[in-house]
Amino acid sequence: MAKTIQAPLPGTFYRAAAPGEPAFKSEGDAVAVGDTIGLIEVMKSFTPVVAEEAGRLLAFHVENEDAVMAGQPLYDLDA
Amino acid sequence: MAERSFEVVKPGLATTVQDLGRPGYYHLGLPLSGAMDRFALIAANRLVGNPDGAAGLEAVFLGPELRFSADALVAITGAELPPKLDGVEQPLWTAFKVAAGQVLSFAFLKGGARAYIAINGGVDVPEVLGSRSTYALGALGGFEGRALKAGDVVPLGAPTTAGGEGKTLPPDGRRPAQESGVEIRVLPGLYWHRITEEAQAGFFEDTWKVAPEADRIGYRFRGGKKLDFVPRQQPFGAGSDPSNIVDSCYPYGSIQVPGGTEPIVLHRDAVSGGGYFMIGTVISADMDLIGQLQPHQPVRFQSVTLEDALTARAVETARLARLGELI
Repeated sequence: MAKTIQAPLPGTFYRAAAPGEPAFKSEGDAVAVGDTIGLIEVMKSFTPVVAEEAGRLLAFHVENEDAVMAGQPLYDLDA
Repeated sequence: MAERSFEVVKPGLATTVQDLGRPGYYHLGLPLSGAMDRFALIAANRLVGNPDGAAGLEAVFLGPELRFSADALVAITGAELPPKLDGVEQPLWTAFKVAAGQVLSFAFLKGGARAYIAINGGVDVPEVLGSRSTYALGALGGFEGRALKAGDVVPLGAPTTAGGEGKTLPPDGRRPAQESGVEIRVLPGLYWHRITEEAQAGFFEDTWKVAPEADRIGYRFRGGKKLDFVPRQQPFGAGSDPSNIVDSCYPYGSIQVPGGTEPIVLHRDAVSGGGYFMIGTVISADMDLIGQLQPHQPVRFQSVTLEDALTARAVETARLARLGELI
């Protein structure tokens, strides 16, 4: 069943560890509990967005470097 | 383990012990520290029967998860960060009971930036220079001079008053987080003449957005036009950039604009001096408001006179006095 995972905190969302590096996850990838999906930058620190549920990543709701609010949909997971 | 305490299960993003701060040492380079939203901390303390200056927790953007070792009375104020007790949502701006063994956690932030967690008896860390506030940059005060970490066991003081469960601050006495139309009032300062008339006007006309790196030290803004400086030969002792001055004291609330590009409002953990010109100072009545701004939130600065600033301060004082009647 598809479910939407929300951003835990506000900031800037990144899909890769650094510019030019491969994305942590792409649409269609398998996700295991503990996998890093992206990073949220706020107050000079990068907080990993870590999967708390396993499944298949269906689609991202935000682009790389988008501003996100806490609670904003980040990605859909087929759990 | 202390007689009354809580254990940090999850620390949140940067949860620190704060009281009303450590004034009197800024000339030695030690900032005020203390709650970024003082009104919210005072309200939370009053709700649980603590003195205004009792130490509580400041949680920013992401709430912690805390397991209590003893019964306690807790109130959450400030940001709209909905508290949960063993998973059951609890009201904000209201004192609720926590039984020994229960876990306090939080849902996602809905508005504002910083929530204050007051616990009856207060957080009982040692006072450093008259305050329990954390100054993390200086590794001073608070719990071991740093933000809380998972596994910390934080001591609580003995409650001085009994009961108070269900005490609440009515909505018209609270300050809800503003999502749009935020205006921050500024008194232009000593170095106002350093920028051109066009830059002076542009600073107040432009919409600025909170930069994600804004923190307790300074709130950085970007998105407005670069400020142009009046040409001059830099005086002896000033750096070569036109935004440099001969080193000066930085007041709490002062707005420096390094390179003329991104204004930074110095807040509770600020450095006390340096060589950047300051456009002016945010009035004291609006400093709490800044502590509740989220990254990317649009704001405008508004120019006021000293008289306006003092009137606004009187309004704030009256609002605090009204807390006594409401709680």
